[in-house]
Amino acid sequence: MILRTIFSILLLASINANAQKEAAVFINAKVFPVNAEPIENGALVIQNGKIIFVGKADELKGGFENIIDVSGKVILPGLVDTHSHIGEGDGGDRSSTTHPDVRILDAIDPNSDTFKKAIAGGITTVNVMPGSGHLMSGQTVYLKLRKDSKVIEDMLFCEDPLNDICGGLKMANGTNSLREPPFTGTRGKSAAVIRQLFIKAVEYKSQIDRAAGDHEKMPARNIEMEALLEVLDGRRIVQHHTHRADDIITVIRLSKEFGFKVVLHHVSEGWKVAEEIAEANVPCSIIMIDSPGGKLEAVNLIYKTGAVLEEAGVDVAYHTDDGITDSRFFLRSAAFGVRAGMSYNKSIEALTLAGARMLGLENRVGSLETGKDADFIILSGDPLSLYTRVEQTWVEGEKVFDFNDPESRKYSLGGYEVYRGDYQYLHNCGGEE
Amino acid sequence: MKIILTFILAVIVCFNPALSQIAVKGETIYTMSGDPIEKGIVLINKGKIEKVGRQSDVQIPEGYKILEGKVITPGLIDARTVVGLSGIYNYRHDQDQLEKSDAIQPELRAVDAYNKDEKLVDFLLSLGITTIHTGHGPGALASGQTMIAKTYSESYNDYVVDSLTMVAFTLGNTVRSNYSKPGTRSKAVAMLRSEFLKAQEYLKKQNSNDEKERPKRDLKLEILAKVLNGDVRALFTVNRAVDIMAALRLADEFGFKPVLDGVAEGYLLLDELKVRKLEIILHPTMVRTYGDTKNASLETPKTFYEAGILFSLQSGYESYVPKTRVVLFEAAMAHSYGLPLEEALASITINPAKLLGIDESVGSLEEGKFADIVVFDGNPFEYTSHVCKVIVKGKIVKDECF
Repeated sequence: MILRTIFSILLLASINANAQKEAAVFINAKVFPVNAEPIENGALVIQNGKIIFVGKADELKGGFENIIDVSGKVILPGLVDTHSHIGEGDGGDRSSTTHPDVRILDAIDPNSDTFKKAIAGGITTVNVMPGSGHLMSGQTVYLKLRKDSKVIEDMLFCEDPLNDICGGLKMANGTNSLREPPFTGTRGKSAAVIRQLFIKAVEYKSQIDRAAGDHEKMPARNIEMEALLEVLDGRRIVQHHTHRADDIITVIRLSKEFGFKVVLHHVSEGWKVAEEIAEANVPCSIIMIDSPGGKLEAVNLIYKTGAVLEEAGVDVAYHTDDGITDSRFFLRSAAFGVRAGMSYNKSIEALTLAGARMLGLENRVGSLETGKDADFIILSGDPLSLYTRVEQTWVEGEKVFDFNDPESRKYSLGGYEVYRGDYQYLHNCGGEE
Repeated sequence: MKIILTFILAVIVCFNPALSQIAVKGETIYTMSGDPIEKGIVLINKGKIEKVGRQSDVQIPEGYKILEGKVITPGLIDARTVVGLSGIYNYRHDQDQLEKSDAIQPELRAVDAYNKDEKLVDFLLSLGITTIHTGHGPGALASGQTMIAKTYSESYNDYVVDSLTMVAFTLGNTVRSNYSKPGTRSKAVAMLRSEFLKAQEYLKKQNSNDEKERPKRDLKLEILAKVLNGDVRALFTVNRAVDIMAALRLADEFGFKPVLDGVAEGYLLLDELKVRKLEIILHPTMVRTYGDTKNASLETPKTFYEAGILFSLQSGYESYVPKTRVVLFEAAMAHSYGLPLEEALASITINPAKLLGIDESVGSLEEGKFADIVVFDGNPFEYTSHVCKVIVKGKIVKDECF
């Protein structure tokens, strides 16, 4: 048994060494670092799962053996999806409309084929959220779609799920969460419930402050309050579903009252209050859908939301909201942004670095910079063109998707018994998105 | 006198858009009847296409308003949608595509529910879709009838192209999620067989020489009898291979030729589909891969094309967000995954025109057809291209790039 363990450790070590010790050089592609202008004839060098060089190919000093010529291709950072329901997880149940204690990481299936669809679409970082049928449906989780992930721990950004903050907090307002008791029935009541909960959290915090480290005086542990403390401290970001202009303003009002950090999600009518959003300095994660409607709040959802928000100076990211749109087509969102007037570079940023900022992960992912994780995608051409394929997806220096490998490609194309196909709308069980 | 007449005529021409004369120039014109024309021109007069040709060969008559664009196509046709019955708000009162009181109600007419002022109809128009085959949705064994409509209208008299086009049937899991009965696939087929047997009997009595033998009018049996005698076609939404075969079995037993709708697993039955020369309205390329369409492939349009199986594309039915798909984008995705550009265009123009029996008037840019025309500022399928003008029956109805 001991021998076997030692053998396993040695084997693991040797695999890692093979995969990562030697630097790999991707050369002659058009490289989009995102934090800087695109580089024609660029080079990207990775080693040990990190980026060690980004620049012009002819500025690269010699000495590398593993050189991969990707002439004619385009390299982008791995895409960051700020709002998705892949992984077949769920959040809070029907017992309450607020579940700050509930973690979606306790419910995700790492073997779900939905993750394979995401990497086929070029997504390497994803914020998996519980649904929007609650005012507060639970804690979200930031995942890295690493190769051969078997358990959720293999996919986390945080190192220790017992002590670290591993995601955001999902909140929602507007119509999805308006239901029969114990849910709220009106917008006014929804805001009141949230305010009362945060007031309780502020009180819990002052109890802790008053205890000043004295264990005798500390309040009893309360995992609902603990999560909300992280929100009040700004360490856990509120990822807030909101559509209608007045609902957007309500989120901003609440975030100011309690000083929490918030990202607005969907923001269908954001174009009506773009100035107010910019004034409040709140970022927006938006969705591109082919047609408006499907529910009252999405009737005014239009292609130009990204352009209007950009114009107003708001930080904009796109998300899939997968099942609502398909992770495989994520690049298409930015293309429609440009169609409706968004600038080209901002639209690329909206798929990558802007999303990383909204998850507080911009030091790790979202751009191709020395020292960041070696997460990138190799495209056959212009990122915003219909004719472009995601050919390869790399996560932390390992190839996780290759369109030329039939086993991999099938998750891009679909077909007989490729997907289990049973997860769809799971996130609607507790209310709709 | 002559001058006054000319003046009056000029006023009429200027102010009656239906009579306006337009010349549309395009770098490329996809007429869908022959090769594309480079540096082409389409002349429009009195709502009809007057001439199509090269700019160098066609002289623009005096007084014609000149429009220019990169790419010109015929008005697009959505071969199967529920828009107009299914509305943008998704409230109970704007959802008329599926009546849940009974699984078999072929007597429900589409024209009694179609709302020409539905916002989604105008939304589709802004993306170049000028004609839709719409009506009762998938989800019931027989949900009701379908119709053909123009997406642009000025009155309640002008938008119906065909008031009774097909009767919509569905086999598959979606039916049992909507009704307590049938609860299984076999029961579903048995229920339909029983109805068709009744309709057979009804039809026999209808045709009887003895007036006393003729049946009392029964709306349900009347429409099913029309399906049996070939007056109205049966549209079968079938996605799983097992359901496709069940529909063909029914069609064989009762002697009608079905139009197949969805057909997600059609790639498993290429020979069957090809030999029977079936009319096919393929599922939206980007259809969600769950339920009956969980095995859908992005390459099915290409596979069908390579197998020589003709098809049209559709927007289908969407229950939530987005509330409808857009055939322009579905054809774009089919093209992206291997369907040649002109074939992708055909799947949303001339193919559905033929399938719907309206190719005498729409579906291609040919002299004498209605001037339904879309002007693009680039490759019509590129995500970043725009629909810049939409012309319906010679009238410019959308004039901003979208």
